[in-house]
Amino acid sequence: MELRHVLEVRNLRVAYARRSGGVWHALNGVSFRVGAGEILGVLGESGSGKSTLALSLLHLLPGNGRITGGEILLNGADVVEMDAIQLRRLRGSGISMVFQEASLALHPTMRIGDQVGEVLRAHQGLSKRERVARTREILGKVFRDDVERIFSAYPHQLSGGQQQRALIGQAIACEPAVVVADEPTAALDSTTQKGILALFQSLRDKLGIAFLFITHNAALLAGFADRVLVLYAGKVAELGPAHGVLSSPQHPYTQALLSCLPPHNNDAAGRGRPALLPVIAGAPPSLAVLSQGCSFEPRCESRMELCRAHEPSAAQLGHRHEVACLKFPAAAV
Amino acid sequence: MEPLIRVENLVIRHTRQAFGGRASAFTAVDSVSFSISPGATLALVGESGSGKSSLARCLACLQPATSGGIWFEGRDLAALPEEKLRAVRPRLQLIFQDPAASLNPRWTVLRIVAEPLLIEGRSPALEREARAAQLLARVGITAEYLQSQPGELSGGQRQRVAIARALILQPALLILDEVLSALDCSVQAQIANLLVELQRAANLTYLFITHDLRMAAHLAGEIAVMSAGKIVEQGPAGKILRDPRSSQAQSLVQAAAPEAELVEAGSEP
Amino acid sequence: MRRFLLRRVAHAAFLLLGVSLLAFFFSALAPGNYLDDLRLNPQMSSERFSALRAQYRVDQPVALRYFSWANALLHGDLGFSFAYNAPVAPLLWPRARNTLLLTTTATLLVWAIALPLGAWSAQHLGKPTDVALTWATSAFLIVPDLALALGLLVLAVRSGWLPTGGMVSVAFDEFSFAHKIRDLASHMVLPVIVLVASALPVLLRHVRAAVAEALDAPFLRAAEGQGIPRRRLLYRYALPAAAHPLIALFGFSLGTLLSGSLLVEVVMSWPGLGPFLLEAILARDVYVVIGGVLFSTLFLVAGNLAADLLLYWADPRIRTEAEAR
Repeated sequence: MELRHVLEVRNLRVAYARRSGGVWHALNGVSFRVGAGEILGVLGESGSGKSTLALSLLHLLPGNGRITGGEILLNGADVVEMDAIQLRRLRGSGISMVFQEASLALHPTMRIGDQVGEVLRAHQGLSKRERVARTREILGKVFRDDVERIFSAYPHQLSGGQQQRALIGQAIACEPAVVVADEPTAALDSTTQKGILALFQSLRDKLGIAFLFITHNAALLAGFADRVLVLYAGKVAELGPAHGVLSSPQHPYTQALLSCLPPHNNDAAGRGRPALLPVIAGAPPSLAVLSQGCSFEPRCESRMELCRAHEPSAAQLGHRHEVACLKFPAAAV
Repeated sequence: MEPLIRVENLVIRHTRQAFGGRASAFTAVDSVSFSISPGATLALVGESGSGKSSLARCLACLQPATSGGIWFEGRDLAALPEEKLRAVRPRLQLIFQDPAASLNPRWTVLRIVAEPLLIEGRSPALEREARAAQLLARVGITAEYLQSQPGELSGGQRQRVAIARALILQPALLILDEVLSALDCSVQAQIANLLVELQRAANLTYLFITHDLRMAAHLAGEIAVMSAGKIVEQGPAGKILRDPRSSQAQSLVQAAAPEAELVEAGSEP
Repeated sequence: MRRFLLRRVAHAAFLLLGVSLLAFFFSALAPGNYLDDLRLNPQMSSERFSALRAQYRVDQPVALRYFSWANALLHGDLGFSFAYNAPVAPLLWPRARNTLLLTTTATLLVWAIALPLGAWSAQHLGKPTDVALTWATSAFLIVPDLALALGLLVLAVRSGWLPTGGMVSVAFDEFSFAHKIRDLASHMVLPVIVLVASALPVLLRHVRAAVAEALDAPFLRAAEGQGIPRRRLLYRYALPAAAHPLIALFGFSLGTLLSGSLLVEVVMSWPGLGPFLLEAILARDVYVVIGGVLFSTLFLVAGNLAADLLLYWADPRIRTEAEAR
């Protein structure tokens, strides 16, 4: 039986107009699907296009950005084709976003309760009293205790983790089908991070919301995401079940990325000096020009002659696991 | 062997004077003691608010301690008069987490690294710039970037510039305050490798401050776990990872933990 | 909160004390005084002169004079005017009132125009309409107040549409109430135009910059991402965030209510504090001068205090910082 897909992205292309005149090809044909209540981890480093992807899903690109092709189907409706009124109604209630720096994403002089209330006000026709009650309910879901204090607090009175939870509260207020989280834990320390991840899982379990969790830290996705999408230079390098992608990655970029992490259970003192970590040679490509062949080719250790001229398409391997690498003959289509 | 730096019962208390006029004291560092041997790396691991940054600033002589002693290269820093202290400061350098904030955005990379040499005085500008360029090449910033401004560089490159700036005065101790936390994973690996190489070449001593236990264990021989201004556990890195005693260390190990699913370094899929 | 208020009031008192000291001693340092000028009058006999000198205690050392003046001040007595031969306070009040009439109207008008115009401009940043507006206001910035005032007066004289100076017509007292209002208003038009034209460009730019910055802020994008409607974004999110620098400016506006219109009043013969003080300075009527200066300072300080209080009320970050410790 096919899983119901709440979000389907088909061949998404996004470009930015640069002040110097050229074009920056941020996303070049990204396709994936997210099932109801699924946690999809998007793994990407700086320049991969992950933030562009997040903003595109809400059609919230800055002035110089434009969706140049593809479709974003949210429960069947194409976000790319929507007009301003439909988009306004969609954002926050059909799909919502959690930003990276919570301290900046919250309004500095509005109480937390009011900020959540504003989201409700924008989408639901509740009376003031109903809004307040519903706000308390929502805050109760994201904060274990201290709900009253946080309801009337201002953002600067909360810790980093609490601010992030408040932001998450705003995102789930209208129980959207999908929540896009762009590096929500990057500014937090490790124990707080774990708490936020647990919160996402519990919200998924209780409310059936699907999460798109964007990060550059693969370690966060292990034991958390259901599936993982690896983004490189605006394209999907690899996409599959989290366990599969993280423990037996097929794409050379994924393999290289995962091997960069310091090994677990390591003891530098025992070996005298720390060993050198494997690194990926070179730097991500400039997206001012679209490359002819595979965008990872210059840095790839398993590159072949073929790779420079041909762009790999997605090769299906086994259970919903696809790789865009010419090592696999199916990608040379 | 005589430790390069020895800290004994260090206390740092902040007093806040706010609008209303009532002063209040907040103890950031509460009687902390440790020592680091020359050429070794001590990792200070703790959550935000544990006092690590206050400690870092104090050791770099940017902030005075309330009480306690710091012995560096055998000398008591608190007892030194200002002129002698000025001579010692270049030997202890601090590198910050966010290079965007700690590098002057209007200066070129070359100038940022050459500027500290002005302390030594009297050498002509050309010579200073040559030394800076050499050091920048050593840390991986090639000639084409010398006239760029920090805003034009990537996060990893900026951190390299910050490292070069810290090394130009040939310090003995580098205090690294969360220097890797803002970087992408693959870039973290590159910078971590750079730090290891530099340490090997110049016998540098590192105080590596972080909340990432994995990276701490990778880079440091010894780990001290800090919480609420105190060191709650200290010992060899491997031991802390395998057998954490304090609850704070345990939760840190938990947070760094069981990505047994992730492929180990160097192994083939 | 109370502590904060007390501290600010104490600061204000100190400031006023300092200003009064400075004003007094500087006036004393200036060579000559009213009575010396009188001596030049051939009709003045030397006995009369000595009697006057004794009466006004000009012989006493400066410090003693200051203390007796300060003492009188605390009892509500602002001193005595040589030129008018009358106590200072009753001379100052009506003129201050006239000035306030002018400046309050002008200030309200300036803010009423600058706020919506600046907000609108910020939303259309860089577009042709915004650029045109910036150019227009720059033109006003370049033209000196004096030139504008004189130009408008010439226009008034030539066309006869508006009165050419003064506050009320000659036959004012005989007018009906409605006629009185109309008369006053027609006299106010020109000076208010000049005041508004001189203050508007700067304020408009500040409003535009503050709102533009708020519109660009991450929390606004985040709110947009939550589907908050445009109008609500502007009024509930952007404007309150932009308020901080604007409140400080508003306080400054309040502060210059008494002092900002000197030039206009003199040129347009408006019987306000400005021309009166000017006259007094030239005549060395020292107590009038000090009284006027003190009055203006009081307004300045009160304006800043009002701004501080408004900021305290408007920005929770300042409030909690003050209350937490």
